[in-house]
Amino acid sequence: MIGRIVLQLLILLMFAPLPLGVINKTKALFAGRIGPPLLQPYYDLARLWRKGFVFSRTTTWVFLAGPVVGLVVPVLACLLLPFGGLPAPISFHGDLILFVYLFGLSRFFTAAAALDTGSSFEGMGAVREVTFSCLAEPIVLFCLLVLAHGADSLTLGGLLGPQLTSFWHSPHAASLGIVLVCLFVVLLVENSRIPFDDPNTHLELTMIHEVMVLDHSGPALGMILYGAAMKLVVLGALVVRLALPLQTGWLIGDLLVFLVGILLLAVVIGVVESTMARLRLPRVPQVLVGTSLLSVFALVLALR
Amino acid sequence: MIWLLCGIVLMGVSGLAGLIGSRARDGGQKLACALILVGVTLCLPALLKVLAPTATVINWRWAVPGGQFLLELDAISAAFILPLLLVVALGAIYGLGYWRHREHPANATKLQIFYGLISAAMIVLLLARNSLLFLMAWEVMALAGYFLITTEDHKPEVCRAGFIYLIATHSGTLALFGAFALLGTGQPGALSWPAAASFSSPQAGLIFILALFGFGMKAGLMPLHIWLPGAHAAAPSHASALLSGVMIKTGIYGLVRLTSFFAEIPAWWGWTLLLLGVVSGIFGVALAIAQHDIKRLLAYHSVENIGIIALGLGLALLGRSYNQPTLVVLGLAGCLLHVANHGLFKSLLFLSAGSMIHGVGTREIDQYGGLLKRQPLTGLFFLGGAVAICGLPPFNGFISEWLIYLASFKVLNSPSGVLSLSLLTAPALALIGGLALACFVKVFGISFGGEPRTAAAASAHEAPATMLWPMGIFLLACAFIGLLPSQLAPLLNRAAAQWQGQDHPLPLSLGGPLAPLAAISLAGWILVVLLALVFWRLRRCSQGARRDLGTWGCGYPFPSPKMQYTASSFGDSLVRLFNFGLWSKRHGGRPDGLFPATSSFESHTPDLFLDRLFSPAFQGAAWLMHGVRRLIQNGVAAIYLLYSALTLLVLLALLTR
Repeated sequence: MIGRIVLQLLILLMFAPLPLGVINKTKALFAGRIGPPLLQPYYDLARLWRKGFVFSRTTTWVFLAGPVVGLVVPVLACLLLPFGGLPAPISFHGDLILFVYLFGLSRFFTAAAALDTGSSFEGMGAVREVTFSCLAEPIVLFCLLVLAHGADSLTLGGLLGPQLTSFWHSPHAASLGIVLVCLFVVLLVENSRIPFDDPNTHLELTMIHEVMVLDHSGPALGMILYGAAMKLVVLGALVVRLALPLQTGWLIGDLLVFLVGILLLAVVIGVVESTMARLRLPRVPQVLVGTSLLSVFALVLALR
Repeated sequence: MIWLLCGIVLMGVSGLAGLIGSRARDGGQKLACALILVGVTLCLPALLKVLAPTATVINWRWAVPGGQFLLELDAISAAFILPLLLVVALGAIYGLGYWRHREHPANATKLQIFYGLISAAMIVLLLARNSLLFLMAWEVMALAGYFLITTEDHKPEVCRAGFIYLIATHSGTLALFGAFALLGTGQPGALSWPAAASFSSPQAGLIFILALFGFGMKAGLMPLHIWLPGAHAAAPSHASALLSGVMIKTGIYGLVRLTSFFAEIPAWWGWTLLLLGVVSGIFGVALAIAQHDIKRLLAYHSVENIGIIALGLGLALLGRSYNQPTLVVLGLAGCLLHVANHGLFKSLLFLSAGSMIHGVGTREIDQYGGLLKRQPLTGLFFLGGAVAICGLPPFNGFISEWLIYLASFKVLNSPSGVLSLSLLTAPALALIGGLALACFVKVFGISFGGEPRTAAAASAHEAPATMLWPMGIFLLACAFIGLLPSQLAPLLNRAAAQWQGQDHPLPLSLGGPLAPLAAISLAGWILVVLLALVFWRLRRCSQGARRDLGTWGCGYPFPSPKMQYTASSFGDSLVRLFNFGLWSKRHGGRPDGLFPATSSFESHTPDLFLDRLFSPAFQGAAWLMHGVRRLIQNGVAAIYLLYSALTLLVLLALLTR
């Protein structure tokens, strides 16, 4: 048991920055560039960890709490999730609500840390982040309801259990497909990817998440980047498990399926980012409300 | 039980001590506070025995027709009384620093008298088992509440708020008279209450509608919440904490108690409450985002939280109608626990808001800023309360919302097709939670983060220890329920059983509906420990860093505090999203030309129902009645004679057959 928990945490901690490298490589390929090395996110993190801090005289301890919560929450959330063949270390009736609300906690502190600097740019980023997230949360709940209906269970481990294969073959497969699309949209919003946000535009007024961390430096910035990378893997694990519910019955095989799935997901995100433009800001709520309607449709299909 | 009564009496008369003590040294106030603390302590032993198999009852004869002095303490009452005692005691201590006699000679004694009186009346109300006794306590509470709201009765807006409250509470009481009269017809004990799940009446629907109006008015369910924002903003902060944290919950208590009498619950009761809960929740928080006054904002959050409580109660009622025992337990446990939780974190927030007002001297959020440096402890407590009210782990708000979520997910297992509509509770709750988070990020970030926006905020000072200690204890209580929720599971389980008239509660251990609470507490502890470790590590490695630079302004070298995001700008994008229901008014704000002159912007969001619906409607009615009166009472003597003659003729026609 302990060994499995350690293995799961090790996979998360070691593997998390790699998908970012894959996304960047994919985008570079589409743009006809060579692009940064695959392991560039690791180098970035190492470099940031060695650097010193610079603080604005306006900031207080809340400014440091943002990165801390942003780093801890994905680690704890990962403990609620089954990774490949590894069962979820903490599993109880209704743990899916805790999973959703943990990310709420990290959003609260990231936004509070942004407002702590007193910069109007960061205030702008904070309000956009909380606005879009509160539209994304009902989507997640609708998707979870569909999954819980199919699984007849209220634990994340049960939701993402082996019954998913038969779910795909049942008449309810259409609703599962819609759920997959909806969760992918939520993944893009929550991880601030194109078409909702652009992770590369630090100094434009249209960005959301990146502007909230403008003032962070050194190890704190590294923790934010690392936390974001882990969040991508944790939320990605949901999507991957839904799309590839293969169960080989063999621990290493299951883990391989999971890891390959995450990398494939990173490639898909890279393709989406290369082929789409970022949406205009007023369009984002409309897309999110549309996705909510889609998820309601999935629920109706599932309950039919 | 006799000690409990002594405690209630001591609390009730505590304020009179203010009349005798020396005013210059706040002697009377300290004595009153001590009396309240003694009273609270005397109440505790009875509450600790609430899980014992025999019920605590007092039954005295009472020489009032139909009246009976019947008090009974069961788990449902205890779930409401426990947070009440904490709020009353800590509020009294807080008042020692916040509303000192020598600083407010005109009204501090009045505040003290009615503070004690309302506390005692609420406990009696929560214990009463006789309609007459209940209604008497209800009226004492309502009137004492009026005097708490109008503490500063020299201010016109305070008087207006008090007047609206008075009208609202009395129309509610009128409906309650009707409901209890109907409840009394056709049963032998007349005005004594029937046992749980034993009563049936052909007029059950009418009783429910009347009770929903009367109790919903007090609780502040959405279309009936009109009195609440003004009243909570007008009262002194610790009185607001008592009103918002405890008094409005007596409405919920009434609904819980009244629905427990009925043997059969029609399904539409649950659906009505669910609908009202969703409306109160979403529009309560949307209106809160649009507010600029911190106490009005907190008051609208009370509407939102009452909505969440109504969602829990609605699910429990549906569980009874459709015979789903786990739905009943989870829904009612969520409802009762959220009542207690809201009492704790809302009181914490009102007290810290009081400390901010005390330090800065204004209630406008846009005039705060940078308060965390000047009021570090108040900031910490406010942050804790904000995290708790958003329903985020590891605090208590998460536990009760989790129970309601779980109840809503339980509907998936039911075979009934109609019931699946109540699945929508979960996404609605998620939307409410997301909006509440946005709102409290705004309040905390704008008030405590950044640079001070005014000179008053720059010279703010920390509150005295008598104000800080109560806040700290509230925060600890929030963390206690959040980290050790299984401690409360027996009480909630028993309350749910008593509500349905069962003698034996569902098992608590493995497989029972409340069993996962222990696992949540494990996750909460892991979260707290991890956060503390990482924070400590980061703090240590950032020790020698430079802290003398300005915030990065993207190259602009002369930033000023005026350029910071304000509460209005923060709320703007969300308010626009909900503009279909809020109809905010916006003035100015568009500078034009190359060298624009000074420009100003202001936005204002009136209350959806009070300012847009009820006020115009009542004004129209008043105008109409004025016209009718002018027509009838026109001052011509001949016409009055005609009235007399007509009356006599009509009487003659009626009486002679």
